[in-house]
Formats: sequence, C-alpha cells, structure tokens
Amino acid sequence: MEKRKTIEIPETLYDRVSARIKGTEFASVSDYVARVIRERLAVEENEKPSGYTKEEEEKVKQRLKALGYL
Amino acid sequence: MLPPHGGTLVDRILPAERQEQALEEASKLPQLHVSDDLAKDIENIAFGAFSPLEGFLCQSEYESVLHEKRLTNDLPWTLPIVLDASKEDLKNMKAGDTVAILDPLKEPVALLDVEEIFPYKKEELAQEVFGTTDPAHPGVAKTYAMKDCLVGGKISLIRMSFDEFQKYRLSPIETRVLFKEKGWRTIVGFQTRNIPHIGHEYVQKTALTFVDGLFINPVIGKKKSGDFKDEVILAAYEALLRHYYLRDRTVMAVLRTEMRYAGPREAIFHAIVRKNFGCTHFVVGRDHAGVGKYYPPYAAQEIFDEFPDLGIVPLPFKSFFYCRKCESVVNEKICPHDSTQRIDFSGTDLRAKLIKGEPPPKELVRPEVAEVLLRSKDPFVE
Repeated sequence: MEKRKTIEIPETLYDRVSARIKGTEFASVSDYVARVIRERLAVEENEKPSGYTKEEEEKVKQRLKALGYL
Repeated sequence: MLPPHGGTLVDRILPAERQEQALEEASKLPQLHVSDDLAKDIENIAFGAFSPLEGFLCQSEYESVLHEKRLTNDLPWTLPIVLDASKEDLKNMKAGDTVAILDPLKEPVALLDVEEIFPYKKEELAQEVFGTTDPAHPGVAKTYAMKDCLVGGKISLIRMSFDEFQKYRLSPIETRVLFKEKGWRTIVGFQTRNIPHIGHEYVQKTALTFVDGLFINPVIGKKKSGDFKDEVILAAYEALLRHYYLRDRTVMAVLRTEMRYAGPREAIFHAIVRKNFGCTHFVVGRDHAGVGKYYPPYAAQEIFDEFPDLGIVPLPFKSFFYCRKCESVVNEKICPHDSTQRIDFSGTDLRAKLIKGEPPPKELVRPEVAEVLLRSKDPFVE
C-alpha cells in the first residue's frame, strides 16, 4: 500500500471536490487532489532548460552530419 | 525542448580517458555475466534513454515500481529494470563492491557499484507486470527463467557496442539536437516492432499532420518467434520512407531493447523512453506491446489516465482497416460501412502470403515494401 501524508485544504473546497467526484473514477478527495497536483507539477517540470552544453551540442552535430542526418 | 523524464538526461558513459583504465580494472574485479538483452539495456541506461535511472533498481524502487507504477520520488515508471544474479554469481560480491559486467562474448561492458542484493518473488513480479502468471506468456516465461536474486546499483558504461545497425543508433542527446536543428518543437514518437503496412502509414501521417516531426523508432532486439527480423523491418521502412514520406519531416532511429510484451505497463515505459528522445507526443495503438489475448484491446491506451504527470501526450488510435466502399484506410470511428466491406491488416494473413511467395494486396502494403519482404529469403524470427 502506498504511503500517504495529510495535507490541509479549506473545508468548503473539500466539500466542493467531494460533491464533484461522485460517480467519477476518483475514489476520494485525496485521489483527486493528488491528480491535480501531479498535473500541475508536470506543467512546471516541463519548463526546464536542455541540460547540455554548447560544446556537447556541436560534437553531436558533427556525428549527425557524419551519419547523414544533418 | 521538452525536458527528459525526471529533468536531467542521464549520462553514465565513462569519459574516454577512463575507459582503458576501466578495462584493466574489469579484469581484476568480480565479474557478472549478462545476456545480450541486459547488455543493451545497460547502454540504454548509460546514454539516458531510461532517464532518470542511473542503474538497476534497488529494493525500495523495485517495490514502488511493482506496486505503485512509480519510482520512490513519485515519477511515473512502470517496468522494473533489474539485474538478476544467481547465488553462485554472488559468492564473490557484496553491497559496496564494484563488479565488472561482461556481455555474452565475455567482453567488459560496464562497472556496477553494488548498492543492494535482494530476493524477489517471481510470481509476484509476473502478476504485477504482465497481469498473469501463465508461463505461456513470453514475459512470464522469461521472468520464471530469471536467476534468484536481484542486484541494484549504478552502472558506468565502459564503451558502446557496435552492430550492423550503427547508422540507425542515435542517443537521446543526438535526437534532441537533431530535432532542434530541424526546427521541430513538437514531435510524435512511433514505436514499432513490425514491418510498415498502410494502416501504420495512415496513423503516422495523421499524427504528423498535427505536429512538426515524426520519429519512427523501431525496437531492435529479441522478439518472439514469427515476428519479422530486425533487418527486414528496417529495410521495409527505408523503402517506405524513400517513396512516401517527406524526409525533412521524418527521422528513423532504432531503440535497442527487447520487447517485454507487458501491454499497458510497457506502453507507459515506451512513452517515457520516447520522451527522453525528445518526443512531445506518442502514438498508442490497439493492443500496444500486447501478445495473445492477455490484455483488453485498448488497455494500453486507458492506462495513460493514471499518469497526468507523464510529460508526454499520448495519441490513442483505433485500429485502421481498408474499406472497399470508402476506398481508403479508415477506422470504426470514421467509417459507417459494415464489416463485409473491410480488409483488415492481419499480420497472420500477411505472413501466410509471404511464406507462399505471394505479394500482399496493395491496399494493405505498399508495393515497394512488398518487394523488400518478398526479396527477403527468411523474413521471420525462428
């Protein structure tokens, strides 16, 4: 079983989500909140830079040229 | 460009100046022999195709992947990438050791920093990953044939291997630079283990209509009996690309890994790997990575609902067929005609025709592709 921790949200929001998820695939407010957070994290994490240097990029371009891709 | 899974492209390749020294070290270290499949996956880990993995899973990661389909840092990850070892193999090694990994030719491939050695239950692994413990399932059979312990730890690749597919072997950093050079911002990845029929072409071109580039990424590695051989798949694709595709919109490179036939879980894994190669979208077809009747036809599409944070957009496609009435390739979502008008893209029928030396119908396979298949004396894996 997945380990879980408690976070707090306003009661009104809890009630709103609780009503919203009735009859959906979400078994609980926690599941709904976890999904929304993961969606948000995915958006934020997709905004990172490439992570490789100009020198590395130039070296790669040489190989791609040699292989006929560029 | 979309960042790799976990944010950083893993690089576990030893720098050139360390390689000779590592080769020398390898001859003095305890040695672990691995299969060709595992040797390929070590390379995949090393050049970042399996980012964020830096080695083989340790126990807590293994259990998290098995039961939660996520790594312990919550990142989606559905297939346990593990290194199995026998009690005999483990006589000379313990946690904290560095060992040399040797390929089937007894050549040193990598160094492994052993972090953990742990037991596992094969039936549990099979049930969780393949949804069955039936030994007739090829993935289950392979699981049952694994050795009794798992060894977790980071690897360092000593040097890349060479094979006949060298010109098709691009690493994630290479595809990423290539896509950038081509000016592509959105790229759809297409996974295949088959020769291209017109249904595949239709899916690829439909997907390409909405993005900048198409990345065709055939899986090269051990397949099951009756599948097309790797060289036949690549030659067939070359013929198709030459005659029917815009070359500045399409790139083909291979992924050297085995098919696991893990259906839905493998579809997620395939998407993650293509994300690492720089794809923003990924085609998921009917019964993706399936075998026999072990998975519901669209289970591999439905599983994507569990992963809103995957970071790559799945493009689910229905099965395509040729409709005589429409006189085109269609699917059940767009064709109103009954099944008597359909010609299905049946792999079994195609195989039967090829075995008899007959060309497949042009509605199903392009003539240039058919020519490649008929020219091949022995196109199937035995």
